[in-house]
Amino acid sequence: MKLIIVAGPPSAGKTAVIRQILRNLPKRSAAYLKIDVIYATEDEEIAAEFGIPAKKLISGDLCPDHAGIMVTADALGWAEEEGAEYLIIESAGLCLRCTPYTTQSLGIAVISAISGTHSPYKMAPMIALADIAVVTRVDLVSQAEKEVFREGIRDVAPDVEIIETNAIVGTGMRYLMQMIEGLEEIVEESAITLRGNPPLGVCTVCIGKKEIGWNHHFGVIRRLDDVENLFRGE
Amino acid sequence: MGKSLSSPGQRNLIMYTITILPGHDRNGDPEPFEALHLRPGDTIAIVGPTGSGKSAFINDIEVFAQGDTVTGRQILVDGAPPPERFVRDPSCKPVALITQTTKCLADLTVQEFLSMHLRARKIEEGDRIAETINLANQFTGEPIRSGTRISSLSGGQTRSLLIADAVVISHAPIILLDEIENAGIFRDRVITCLKESGTTVIFVTHDPLVSLLSDRRIVMGNGSVRAVLEPDGAEASILRQVTEMDNYLSSLRERLRSGEILSEQVAAI
Ligand SMILES: Nc1nc2c(ncn2[C@@H]2O[C@H](COP(=O)(O)OP(=O)(O)OP(=O)(O)O)[C@@H](O)[C@H]2O)c(=O)[nH]1
Ligand SMILES: Nc1ncnc2c1ncn2[C@@H]1O[C@H](COP(=O)(O)OP(=O)(O)O)[C@@H](O)[C@H]1O
Ligand SMILES: [Mg+2]
Ligand SMILES: [Mg+2]
Ligand SMILES: [Zn+2]
Repeated sequence: MKLIIVAGPPSAGKTAVIRQILRNLPKRSAAYLKIDVIYATEDEEIAAEFGIPAKKLISGDLCPDHAGIMVTADALGWAEEEGAEYLIIESAGLCLRCTPYTTQSLGIAVISAISGTHSPYKMAPMIALADIAVVTRVDLVSQAEKEVFREGIRDVAPDVEIIETNAIVGTGMRYLMQMIEGLEEIVEESAITLRGNPPLGVCTVCIGKKEIGWNHHFGVIRRLDDVENLFRGE
Repeated sequence: MGKSLSSPGQRNLIMYTITILPGHDRNGDPEPFEALHLRPGDTIAIVGPTGSGKSAFINDIEVFAQGDTVTGRQILVDGAPPPERFVRDPSCKPVALITQTTKCLADLTVQEFLSMHLRARKIEEGDRIAETINLANQFTGEPIRSGTRISSLSGGQTRSLLIADAVVISHAPIILLDEIENAGIFRDRVITCLKESGTTVIFVTHDPLVSLLSDRRIVMGNGSVRAVLEPDGAEASILRQVTEMDNYLSSLRERLRSGEILSEQVAAI
């Protein structure tokens, strides 16, 4: 079994990239799991289009990446039973803080080239912990703008592989497929862990306390005047 | 790979010969040519009806297609498949594509945008920014200022700036322009400037002046190259006339813009 984890902000082009991957993989060699917070239809679309096993998981009150890490072991078992060689997980990656990538997998961050000059900085952990950053919608921006965007990615993740694509037609995909070909089998499923540090603890907001103001909470709290960020990626 | 040629502004432009190997038309039938070579400094027009595959043709060049696009064409650089960095690293890529829909979304001023581009290219600023803006202003009648926000530039200003950026900052030896003639830029000046700098230019165009100013014309139909025409001076007389007509229309445009009523009597053509 080989695990591919695709993350990125809403509408970045994750499903479009996954469609291109599925088009290039041997027929019916993959299983697909979509994790989203409230609503998703990709599982049905992908199942209909490619005839592969597909599932979705609505994370509801949980952070989607939290939900993802809870079910990944089950999902690997399911993909195995379905006879798949690849499990592709599409994560909603909404909070831009968590990173869903695990060890023994290929982590792909999908970012849209039209999401603004500063967007790579805002998603630093999601990009820095990935193996590959796929930049979509390069068909809509100028050469100069592509270079400036790439510079932003390089700033937050000097070593990440960058692949630029028009995900609708699949340009640049041959490089992504080369990396997928080089992906190794999972050696020991029980040893798979998250690559990044998860967010700090469980807090009183997470468990449903709604009052505003740090003095109503305990655990990890923060005042406006506390200077440093509590978290900074890795 | 490539030879060096000194261009205006004492910079070296690396030159490449691009070869296009045939693919197939929309029915899957092979294209009727063996290989098309684009040499440094060539000016080429792509003509044909809407939907005939003009944009697909230049997109093949932009992505260095290796039989992996709808057309099945393959693009070679100096006779061989291009090195990976040409395709993957935009700052090594010798091709700049500018289309009608190319957007510049950066929420930055012209000055800041060009400065970020220079930084991405690891080029010393020097007077490159002023040089880029000056060149852009030769292509457009509506002056661009360094403090203008990119997002408030007009279509013509944006395209002029992107072409100037491709010449002065990217040093792209190959520039692809997809139907930019309606954007309100001085097409003849763009062609002259790009010719002088030794840039290979491919225009997708419906414009007679641009077509006639090009050295060769590629005629498209049904997704395939139909013919490659090399008028070789045969159209010189028509070109003179079209140039005159174009100048005449430009002068009328200027007079209308300045609020004149054009009351002179002219002979019917
Ligand atoms: N022009 C262009 N459009 C793209 C590209 N990639 C994706 N799109 C379009 O952008 C829209 C959103 O793409 P999706 O692949 O659904 O995005 P997503 O990240 O899966 O979205 P969610 O799963 O809903 O968060 C679709 O209409 C795609 O066709 C691209 O490279 N170029
Ligand atoms: N050789 C080909 N085989 C299959 N489809 C093609 C081919 N050439 C072009 N197309 C498709 O035809 C459509 C129109 O082509 P396009 O290049 O946009 O035309 P034009 O720019 O001349 O208006 C596009 O969707 C394109 O992908
Ligand atoms: Mg999706
Ligand atoms: Mg077109
Ligand atoms: Zn989270």
